[in-house]
Amino acid sequence: MSKPKLHIAVTGLNAIDSPGPGIAVIRALKESLLFDARIIGLCYESLEPGIYMHELVDRTYKLPPPAAGKDALLKRLEQIHSEERIDVIIPNFDAELFSFIQLADQLKTAMNIHTFLPTTEQFEARHKVNLADYGKKHGILVPESKVIFTLHELYQAQDVFNYPFVVKGKFYDASIVYNREQATAAFHKISAKWGLPIILQEFISGEEVNVTAIGDGKGNTIGAVPMKKQYITDKGKAWAGISIDDNKLLDMTHTLIQSTKWRGGMELEIVKTEEDEYYLLEINPRFPAWVYLAVGCGQNHPEALVRLAMGEEVETWSAYAIGKLFIRYSYDMIVNLDEFEKICTLGKL
Amino acid sequence: MKIKKNIALSDTGFVFDPSTGNSFSANPIGMEIIRQIREGKTQEQIAEHILKTYQTDAGTFEKDYHDFLNMLNRFRLTENIQ
Amino acid sequence: MKKLQYERPVIQKLNTGLTNKFGTRTESDPVTHIDDLAVEKLIAQFGSPLFVLSEQTIRSAFRDASRAFKNRYPKVQFAWSYKTNYISAVCNVFHQEGSWAEVVSGFEYEKALANGVPGNKIIFNGPDKSENDLKQAITNDSLIHIDHMDELYMLKDIAAAANKKPRVAIRVNMDTGIFPAWDRFGFNYENGEAMEAVSKICNDTQLSLVGLHCHIGTFMMSTSAYGIAAKKLSEFALNIRKKFNRNIEYIDMGGGFASKNTLKGSFLPGTDASPTFDQYAEAICESLLNAGFTQENLPLLILETGRALVDEAGYLLGSVISNKRLSDGRRATIMDFGVNILFTSFWYDHKISPAQSFGSHHEDTVLYGPLCMNIDMLRENIPFPPLKKNDKVVVHTVGAYNMTQWMQFISMRPAVVMIGTDGKVNLIRRRETIQSIQHEEEMPLYLKNFKL
Repeated sequence: MSKPKLHIAVTGLNAIDSPGPGIAVIRALKESLLFDARIIGLCYESLEPGIYMHELVDRTYKLPPPAAGKDALLKRLEQIHSEERIDVIIPNFDAELFSFIQLADQLKTAMNIHTFLPTTEQFEARHKVNLADYGKKHGILVPESKVIFTLHELYQAQDVFNYPFVVKGKFYDASIVYNREQATAAFHKISAKWGLPIILQEFISGEEVNVTAIGDGKGNTIGAVPMKKQYITDKGKAWAGISIDDNKLLDMTHTLIQSTKWRGGMELEIVKTEEDEYYLLEINPRFPAWVYLAVGCGQNHPEALVRLAMGEEVETWSAYAIGKLFIRYSYDMIVNLDEFEKICTLGKL
Repeated sequence: MKIKKNIALSDTGFVFDPSTGNSFSANPIGMEIIRQIREGKTQEQIAEHILKTYQTDAGTFEKDYHDFLNMLNRFRLTENIQ
Repeated sequence: MKKLQYERPVIQKLNTGLTNKFGTRTESDPVTHIDDLAVEKLIAQFGSPLFVLSEQTIRSAFRDASRAFKNRYPKVQFAWSYKTNYISAVCNVFHQEGSWAEVVSGFEYEKALANGVPGNKIIFNGPDKSENDLKQAITNDSLIHIDHMDELYMLKDIAAAANKKPRVAIRVNMDTGIFPAWDRFGFNYENGEAMEAVSKICNDTQLSLVGLHCHIGTFMMSTSAYGIAAKKLSEFALNIRKKFNRNIEYIDMGGGFASKNTLKGSFLPGTDASPTFDQYAEAICESLLNAGFTQENLPLLILETGRALVDEAGYLLGSVISNKRLSDGRRATIMDFGVNILFTSFWYDHKISPAQSFGSHHEDTVLYGPLCMNIDMLRENIPFPPLKKNDKVVVHTVGAYNMTQWMQFISMRPAVVMIGTDGKVNLIRRRETIQSIQHEEEMPLYLKNFKL
């Protein structure tokens, strides 16, 4: 029996040193035994490596930058859909998710494009700015944090937070600061790039562990794989990691997905202290760049997400291979100028 | 004023400078002017052509032409003339 | 042979930097008409720059807001915030829609009366009400919102002297979980100051406490703050009833709803980021309905929404004075309007569209106003098509605060027109002339003559 063909659009093709999850998601989809995926890459910049990875990405289109808002995005998706017929879209950037969530109903009714995204409420509630309340509500430990708008508030907060503490941007970026000068510098640097507010967070020392998971929107955890970073780049990204056996972590994930009825992919960033307490640092409302490790461990989360998006019933996984490593590597592709020219001038390749 | 010989121009408005590796994008009138400069046309000849083809006046074009040449210089797409 | 449309030649370096997740907005889609009237023609008739208001847009924004609240709550009253835009024609559109007037000065009060608003439908807010202002408000039975203790005592004395019992409310400030909290207006809820003011009013026969007022902030992106404010004011009203057996007839939630403008530094455009009237209404009405009022004691909900009702209805049309190339190679375009009349460009990245069509090429451009002042910058960086001298642009979402906070500085303020629902255009404020300014000046005799 031949597999059904699905046209799946994926963003986050920036497989660079601080990678987007797109290429990992695409590899997972290409390996599906249940469907045959034609991949439509969606990019923002002409140098995202995924654009040129033709064995994984069948065609790529440029999107208007996330800051252009949802109307510009919808217009562009309509254009792409008229050329390609998109069945499913998997957005992978935090900064673009808000627009995609807002458009989800329209995409479905007007173009029959399926998505499987968190709801606006889920998306907003897990936001760094609101994380403390979120932890309280769902019975999960969260580091103390404070949302600030001015340097004055930063200096006031020095009395509450002992150094070191963490200065975080609204969407991306975080610095651990050890004194007033570093805190000031981090405030300026991060606010210049990502705007206000800035989030100050208590620094919890311990081991960082991560979970990639997917919820079905009814409270069930379809799959979850915990990972311990083995090697971290100077940008704080995992260069290598290993799947671990940690029931407490899995329980925490189940609780969170159960109580929030999480819909779609997610990554939990957690610190495990010496005292064996687990502090939730962040919830990323999408798959992490290392999601392919889950596939390697026997749980193809992106495939499950596509099936959920298409309205299928998906059985939950309970097992995964423990002690599997992922080791990232960089690779220099050779690309002809005419390909670069096309994506630059025509916005598609 | 001369445009560097090895500059690659394509119909999509893509301009590539092989000696620096920089790429640029120009609008159709910009491309037309680059091509004509490369063919060795003088400013007068280019102006005559543009004024014949497009709805503009000599003063406007002269200002725009000089601004455009300045940008070509700034991007080092031109050759130094002694 | 017909000549082709001309466009300035443009060449740009392609950005080959690493992935930049924080991109720029492109706004080059031309806007040639406003409510079916050509921008070119409006400027030809009334000059450039020119403020244009769409009556249709005002009315539909008002009806949208009104529907959102009335569908959720039985007793709702809007009061037009004069300071947002007090051009009389604009005020009267709101009054025709049923809005009362909300004023914050003797000047605005006079304006509301002159527009024909009955005195008992004027809400008098603000920290600066003179003795004469208060006398007039008392005589007209207006709703006086007390801002501070000095005012409370002054009002008592004036009322006693006039042998009247004015209807008053107090303005309450509180912690609604937002930063920065506005605590400079009114009486604080948490520290008991508000209750103290209430007890001073209720234990005195000279004033009649009828309402509670708050105004928690401006351009509020959070609807939950309104939910908290409505909850606290409701609790307060119920406490007052218990303590003084006095029924609070209305709760005034003030204004502060965000318009669709984009704040500087905001990641998403305001059209995506700002809450809708339905979202604000849901937060406020839910709090009021669940507070524990009996059906017959449910207070009237008053809203002083300004910005969100009029911002989108306003446009500023202008023309290009000149193009320049800055020393670092960036393109700069000088417009014939500056921060003197587009005051809000200090905190918004206003959407600005060309009013004629262009090809797909655009250049990163700095937009300057015409003032001889370095601060006169309209947009720091906007991808703009190659405009030339005299090309027209449309600035969007300028209906709130610009036509009140504008300055007569260096040049005169422009005309304001309103496009009626019938599609006809009406002049509602004339372009200022030198007489408008000179009229108020006096020349001492000895300075009249000089020799150069």
